[in-house]
Amino acid sequence: MAFAKMSLAGFGGVLVWARRGIVDQHRWMTAEEFNETFALCHFLPGPNIVNLSVVFGARFRGIAGGIAAFAGLVGPPMVIATILAALYARYGEIDALRRILAGVSCAAVGLLISVVFKMMMPLIKKRDAVGLVILVAVFIAIGLVRLPLQAVLLVAIPLSLGITYFMRRRVNA
Amino acid sequence: MNSGSNPISTLVWTFGLMSLFAVGGANSAIPEMHRIAVDVQHWMSDKQFADIFAISQLSPGPNVLIVTLIGYSVAGVAGALAATLAMCGPTAILAYYVSRLLQRSSHSRWPAIIQAALVPLSIGLMGASGLILALTSDRSWVAGLITAAVAVLAFATRLNPVWLLLAGGALGFAGVI
Repeated sequence: MAFAKMSLAGFGGVLVWARRGIVDQHRWMTAEEFNETFALCHFLPGPNIVNLSVVFGARFRGIAGGIAAFAGLVGPPMVIATILAALYARYGEIDALRRILAGVSCAAVGLLISVVFKMMMPLIKKRDAVGLVILVAVFIAIGLVRLPLQAVLLVAIPLSLGITYFMRRRVNA
Repeated sequence: MNSGSNPISTLVWTFGLMSLFAVGGANSAIPEMHRIAVDVQHWMSDKQFADIFAISQLSPGPNVLIVTLIGYSVAGVAGALAATLAMCGPTAILAYYVSRLLQRSSHSRWPAIIQAALVPLSIGLMGASGLILALTSDRSWVAGLITAAVAVLAFATRLNPVWLLLAGGALGFAGVI
């Protein structure tokens, strides 16, 4: 399936490629359908793009389609990652490689930080104070205090849901 | 969950549980992975964790592959397979059922509310990922500078991330960091 090709093309994240393949090249879904499916997979936990591929595959061919999409997406990169991991385990101590990896990881962290800021922009533009407070609180709890993820989310998810629900009702009323 | 237990089952248990809490994708679970892999289970050092993150960003495919790499370093190929399936399987099944449910009762307003509520959480988690990774991989001020420069470049331009990663690698090879 085309998911295999897509997964290999997607450096650092597959979403852009997935959209191009599904919507633009193969016309398996309209842009709206894609957005809806993506929104669904975004608020479910877990790796978004993997969820997306399963939901997408299942919509076409039932459970078999879901499994095929999953295998196509995760399989090939997993093989590559395993090979890389094996290489790292064997040659990871070589000095030149250590230096290269140190450089790459600096850059990779920078990329991650830029994504965080890009995602924050809509919240800042909307002056979503509640969202920003929750964002900072989670950041402090996990990043600075290093609390376990489960504990933080068990408090933060109901809280955030409750506040959002309450705010929407007040806006609508 | 101590060193005496079977590493594969620990991997499956750890990542299977973690996947259900990974709101907003694999990158938001990085602090938890770091906490468990380095602090709790002592599977690897800080430095190794930073290396593994770099490799996972360099290799093609979904970001979730960092889990494959952790699994491999703990228990070889079987560990890689077990960790990946444990991370992807439960939520994929969940996604499958929820999507069918939503198709039947279409256009409820709950999805929008849930999403609006979870977006700030997942951004906060990813910010924490950034911080923890920066602390583990930026050991010198030059390294910190490179991270900052890449963050600004990637934010302000539409440069392909691969070039920034390769540039980082080249600088590292040249011994700047």
